[in-house]
Amino acid sequence: MTDVETTQEKTTVVDRILTEYPQGKRDALIPILQEVQAQQGYLSREAIVKIGKHLGLAASKIYGVATFYNQFRFQPLGKFHIQVCRGTACHVKNSTAVLDTLRRELKIEPGETTRDGLFSLEVVACVGACGLAPVICVNGEFYASMTPAKTRRLIEEIRERAEEHGN
Amino acid sequence: MTVSAETKRSGATESAKTVTITVNGRSVEARQGEMLLTALKRAGIRVPTLCHLENLFPSGACRMCVVEVDGFANLVPSCACPVTEGMSVKTHSPRALRARKTILELVLANHPDDCLYCVRNDNCELRALAAELGVRQRRYVGERRQQKEDLSSPALVRDPEKCILCGKCVRVCEEVQGVGAINFVGRGSATRIAVAFDEGINLSSCIYCGQCIMVCPTGALREQSHIKEVMDALKNPEKFVVVQHAPSVSVTIGEEFGLKPGADVEGLLVAALRELGFDRVFDTAFAADLTVMEEASELVHRIKTGGKLPMMTSCSPGWIKYVEEFYPDFIENLSTCKSPQQMLGAIIKNYFAEKQNIAPEKIFSVAVMPCTAKKFECGRMEMLHEGIPDVDAVLTTRELVRVLRMRGMDFKSLTPQVADTPFGDRSTAGKLFGATGGVMEAAVRTAHYLLTGTDLPDLKVEAVRGMTGVKQARLHIEGKDIGIAVVSGLGNASRLLDEIRAGRNDLHFIEVMTCPGGCIAGGGQPHSTNLNAVKERMQALYRIDREGTIRTAHGNPAIKRIYQEFLGEPLSEKSHHLLHTHYHKRDVLV
Repeated sequence: MTDVETTQEKTTVVDRILTEYPQGKRDALIPILQEVQAQQGYLSREAIVKIGKHLGLAASKIYGVATFYNQFRFQPLGKFHIQVCRGTACHVKNSTAVLDTLRRELKIEPGETTRDGLFSLEVVACVGACGLAPVICVNGEFYASMTPAKTRRLIEEIRERAEEHGN
Repeated sequence: MTVSAETKRSGATESAKTVTITVNGRSVEARQGEMLLTALKRAGIRVPTLCHLENLFPSGACRMCVVEVDGFANLVPSCACPVTEGMSVKTHSPRALRARKTILELVLANHPDDCLYCVRNDNCELRALAAELGVRQRRYVGERRQQKEDLSSPALVRDPEKCILCGKCVRVCEEVQGVGAINFVGRGSATRIAVAFDEGINLSSCIYCGQCIMVCPTGALREQSHIKEVMDALKNPEKFVVVQHAPSVSVTIGEEFGLKPGADVEGLLVAALRELGFDRVFDTAFAADLTVMEEASELVHRIKTGGKLPMMTSCSPGWIKYVEEFYPDFIENLSTCKSPQQMLGAIIKNYFAEKQNIAPEKIFSVAVMPCTAKKFECGRMEMLHEGIPDVDAVLTTRELVRVLRMRGMDFKSLTPQVADTPFGDRSTAGKLFGATGGVMEAAVRTAHYLLTGTDLPDLKVEAVRGMTGVKQARLHIEGKDIGIAVVSGLGNASRLLDEIRAGRNDLHFIEVMTCPGGCIAGGGQPHSTNLNAVKERMQALYRIDREGTIRTAHGNPAIKRIYQEFLGEPLSEKSHHLLHTHYHKRDVLV
């Protein structure tokens, strides 16, 4: 699929969502953003500009609102979506080191996706698994008592697995 | 001609009812419903603020204006507290002062302290306030976020590390100019002012008006400086360096050298520019006269031939970019005339170069402007002529002041001089271009002459004068009924365009200036600019017009000569080639 086709397809999804909300009704912004992200996995530039035109809001304003909340992302999810718990218990058990390791290994910041599309990184508040601290979650699967070394091994394993499956 | 004015007064109407409040033990009269800070200011009691914008809804962001109010347990931000009868206030109590100092120290916790090198070092509000409150050491050291300067635009530079998040730039951009190029992005300590998607300013809808620079209390926003280019050209013996100065500069720049607001220092300005080493000093107001000739002829032509109406002025480059982005359906309504800066640039590199036998590429053409958007305008593709730009560099009034200080020039003691011919002779109509309504007034004078063959008995067109954001009038010339509107501030322009989109069709000619009040309040003017100074500058322009001998563009002998010798007549082929252009729809992040 070429980029052009992707854009066009996304555009129609956003258009369909926007038909459900009256023009210029600004208080519908967050529900619209949530729905677009639910359908597309992230908020694309095209989507934000389109929503802005529909609601009469500047793109900068929508970006401002969306970046206020952790739930919105501006890049598509990776094949492996890694969530790092930064809750109190995990913090005490040095989740900072785990997050820093991931940053270094993947060369991305939270909210971003690696260029090969394999990994995306997200920081979340307490996931309610304090007994497993520090905990990370890859595509919904929990990994307990993480250390920088364990984190590096996990990333390596995922990379190898992905290569075997022809990425 | 008769004129019927239908001036709309904008702004909130405050009730005339007064209340009495007690401030620091003395009785103060205040207007019911107004904010405490406004009442204090009028009473001559200065309470500091870093986020307040006059005539806009208070944001209460900086908390510098906190005061003690009897009956309130906590300190109250005076900018957001309406006065009530009998209110008792302490503005500089030990408690209020201590709170202000602590708040400021917290603001400073992650602020760079390279003030020595900062562009705002002599007029930074933050630095002044720190001195005022007696901050003598760094009590709090916050984590510094490393953020790169945004050098992407041709007109403005953003240095986010110096930003204190007061939000004034965001508000002026959205609420006054209706652009919304920047906003608060992120949350908590990661909050920053940014363009959508953290892109460079050049990809945003920013129109480069520079009003954000004017309200910024720190060095977080500044113009893209052309000082180096100009100084390099001045010391290059191969270059023939010419300069033009805009109508509003001569009634402004004196303030920076200790003269009263509204002092006209045209002669001193010319002398100073010559002293700097410019080979020729010209007056942009001459080109404003030229613009009037072309634009009034274009208007008459459009009215007579059923062309696209209402015609809209095209002197203000921020407004042009705004139309290209937000109202591309009105591009046809824009006058095809280039702005005076660009007209004079084109004339210098063609007519003048030919006459003086200088190769156009040897000429370095500088414009001194009250405007940051002019820096963008001179680099537009439409403004190149066979690959050579009409104007090479633009210095804002602020930058010229810096250059004059650098050269140690004792501005006031210079001997006034007159500008060079042939582009130094102007009418006072061209001078009026510096204020909102000035282009309209100058154009009406000449359009009347073109339509009737006679001058207006009284040249003054009162209905288009003054600071009001939207002014409208109907002219009755020889049985023709012409609707005119004068708008400054693009928020006002946007509302008028929306009316026209919705079907309003009684207007023939609209003047739009990007900055509220016109070029005298432009984004390239000194930071000391305030409403009072702007009004004085406006009066100075009116005074120049009142006392002038040549008060119409068509009456300017230098203009008659250039048409005789070179251009032929207004809208001639040569005029079209050099003095006119057209604009295109622009896709940006909006």
